[in-house]
Amino acid sequence: MSETVSAAERGGQAGSMDEIYAEAEQWHVNTGNETIHAKRIPGRWRRIKWIAASVWVIFFLGPYLRWDGGQAVLFDIPNRQYHLFGVTVLPQDFWMLSLLLLFFAILLAVATALAGRVYCGYFCFQTVWTDIFTLIEEKLEGHPAQRRRLDAAPLSAAKLRTKAIKHLSWIAIGFATGFSFVAWFYGAGKLWQDFFVGNANAAVYASVALFTVGTYVLAGWLREQTCFWLCPYARIQGVMLDRTTVVPTYDEGRGEPRGRMKKDETEDNRVTGDCVDCNQCVAVCPTGVDIRKGQQEGCIMCGLCIDACDAVMDKVGRPRGLIRYASLDEMEGRHAPAMLARPRVWVYSAILVIALAGIFYGLSSLAPIDLKVLHERAPLFVQLSDGSIQNKYTVKLLNKANDDLKVRISVRADVPITVVGADKPIQAKHGDVTPGIVFVKIHRKDLVGDSVPLTFVASATLPNGTEIEAPRESAFFGPRQ
Amino acid sequence: MAENNPFPGENNTGHFWDDNLRELKNPPPRWWMIAFWASVAWWVLYSILYPTWPALPGKSDGENDFTRGILGWTSIKEYKQGVEQVQLVRAKYDEQIASMTAEEVLADPGLLQYTLASSKVLFGDYCAACHGSGGQGNPGYPVLADDDWLYGGSLSRITESITNGRKGLMNAHATILTEPEVDALANFVVEMSEGGQGSAEAWQLYNDKGCVACHGAKGDGVLAELPGGEILTVGAANLTDGIWRFQPGGYESAKHTILYGVNQPDVEGTRDAVMPAFAQVGQLEGKLSPQQIKMLTVYVHQLGGGQ
Repeated sequence: MSETVSAAERGGQAGSMDEIYAEAEQWHVNTGNETIHAKRIPGRWRRIKWIAASVWVIFFLGPYLRWDGGQAVLFDIPNRQYHLFGVTVLPQDFWMLSLLLLFFAILLAVATALAGRVYCGYFCFQTVWTDIFTLIEEKLEGHPAQRRRLDAAPLSAAKLRTKAIKHLSWIAIGFATGFSFVAWFYGAGKLWQDFFVGNANAAVYASVALFTVGTYVLAGWLREQTCFWLCPYARIQGVMLDRTTVVPTYDEGRGEPRGRMKKDETEDNRVTGDCVDCNQCVAVCPTGVDIRKGQQEGCIMCGLCIDACDAVMDKVGRPRGLIRYASLDEMEGRHAPAMLARPRVWVYSAILVIALAGIFYGLSSLAPIDLKVLHERAPLFVQLSDGSIQNKYTVKLLNKANDDLKVRISVRADVPITVVGADKPIQAKHGDVTPGIVFVKIHRKDLVGDSVPLTFVASATLPNGTEIEAPRESAFFGPRQ
Repeated sequence: MAENNPFPGENNTGHFWDDNLRELKNPPPRWWMIAFWASVAWWVLYSILYPTWPALPGKSDGENDFTRGILGWTSIKEYKQGVEQVQLVRAKYDEQIASMTAEEVLADPGLLQYTLASSKVLFGDYCAACHGSGGQGNPGYPVLADDDWLYGGSLSRITESITNGRKGLMNAHATILTEPEVDALANFVVEMSEGGQGSAEAWQLYNDKGCVACHGAKGDGVLAELPGGEILTVGAANLTDGIWRFQPGGYESAKHTILYGVNQPDVEGTRDAVMPAFAQVGQLEGKLSPQQIKMLTVYVHQLGGGQ
């Protein structure tokens, strides 16, 4: 602090700091000291939430889907191949994975830019599993007030029994989650055979254990704390909103000044806004925030407060929508551009389409065989006794088909060539790379320049009679002329 | 400090700066403390299980001792286990190869792949210094990737070459031939290497001066063709192809070889062309076992695509 600042100014600054400290006393930051017991009520958004959450049924049942006598979707990591509905994807095709990740990353961005944290509110496993866990809690321990009473009550046999059943159910769900997850990678049938008799490998048991504990702790204990303090997506999505993003918002202009209903009050003489200060929006919130304080990091935008408020508005005979999906612009009376007039929407959509097109192109053009040709470098070429020049090539055949194939290698060039080592077809094992060595000879008099372009072609006949070909460009090198 | 505390009764530590900035005694979040103590427990457990504390007194030779951990883990042990595992994988191939001839290995695609892959290291250790990493040869050392085999390129001949080594001989003709004769023969060799037929006089000289004894009646280094495709040679160069045994090749190079010979003791400027024997004699360190020679034979045979 500089010398010229007067004592009065110092006092003034100290005063403003005291105000900030005083304000800090008012801050309510949810650090998990109290368990949020959210009230469950029916409603439109609740229904939509269930429909969205049901997507996760695929996670549990997907591994049992069969295709062509095998598991329809199997991520076979030890053998380094992914099976997707009869298509085998090998590590060589993993550029498609990056497109898939791009697609989902952009999808997240699009959804967030348009309608806020829809992923958080409706699809996220943390939200969905916590929802299921608290549903079980409600079934066993009753509504939120009963739950708080039970938590405060001294330990008794009845309490112990209820709590034990709850935690065991949670652990059971955690186990089912881990088991289903591993089934995608290990094969569902094999997992059922091996797991319970101790025949599965350590990685399987470790994964299931990790998922069981993880699910139990995250959905049972940490709950909204995960969204508050652990999840990076919550933070990322928070900055992807803009003024035009439609999110659950409290209509302050209509609601304030809030006030409780009074007995002798009629619609004509009331001085309060539409908000009856019933706190139902807070009571139903799974993360325990008060939407009336405005947009905040704890809000996962699940829309449950909208259901609560609409129900109350119906009850007191005021119009619905005091809390509703609305953008900041709309709330402040600005012009809100139509969705299709926003450049963001177009840019995001274009990236989505490109990523999808790439994936579809990739999946539809997966050739059953792939040929790589490596030119020998030491020596680059060899002079033979008959005056011709010989080059050596290592061919690597990747067979992505489901059967072993006899692959013939041929070489095309504009000059007369002799190919050695390609007279017998290469027996290419499925799902594997088979190397072979091919020599190409060109007579010195046929060599024009230092190098001659060559095209190697691998061809094979699939068991169903289809002829397939995989070409690969390479070159022939001779002595400098 | 406590008596000067401008904020008495607050849960501060008594440390404050700039009048009102002070440190409070708020506990860290519970999850953080749990993680903290879990890390401490992990560290304690680790130091019991694994080697941890260095610089302890106690070794008889005055060296510092260290705690060893109850698991007895050491990095060298882990490394040795890794090597054992690799050996275990290799053993079944090695056993198969041991019971087969080089010809049989060559005919088995799987074993051939294994042999080519694993012999690359052997080749690098024992052969590449002279013959180049890919068999491309070096000045004075033959190319193994071509089809010019002075001692024969069959599996049995390559095995012979590796096992016993090779040492070609050629007389120094500086005192035997006249200068015009050397000149004529050198020109003859150059002409032949470029696809020429050679004049009758030159052939006459070639036969009269005894070149034919080693380089053969056709000048291709072959003394006789044996049944089964083998050739009989003494390792003399094939004069009819474009490949020169001694670099750089051409007239001067040929003349030098004729004048000073190959591997002649006490002749200054003689060509040096010795390949040592690589067979293991007894338990001699640094030489090749029959199994290794077998695998190298196949490897070398395949360098240029076999004969």
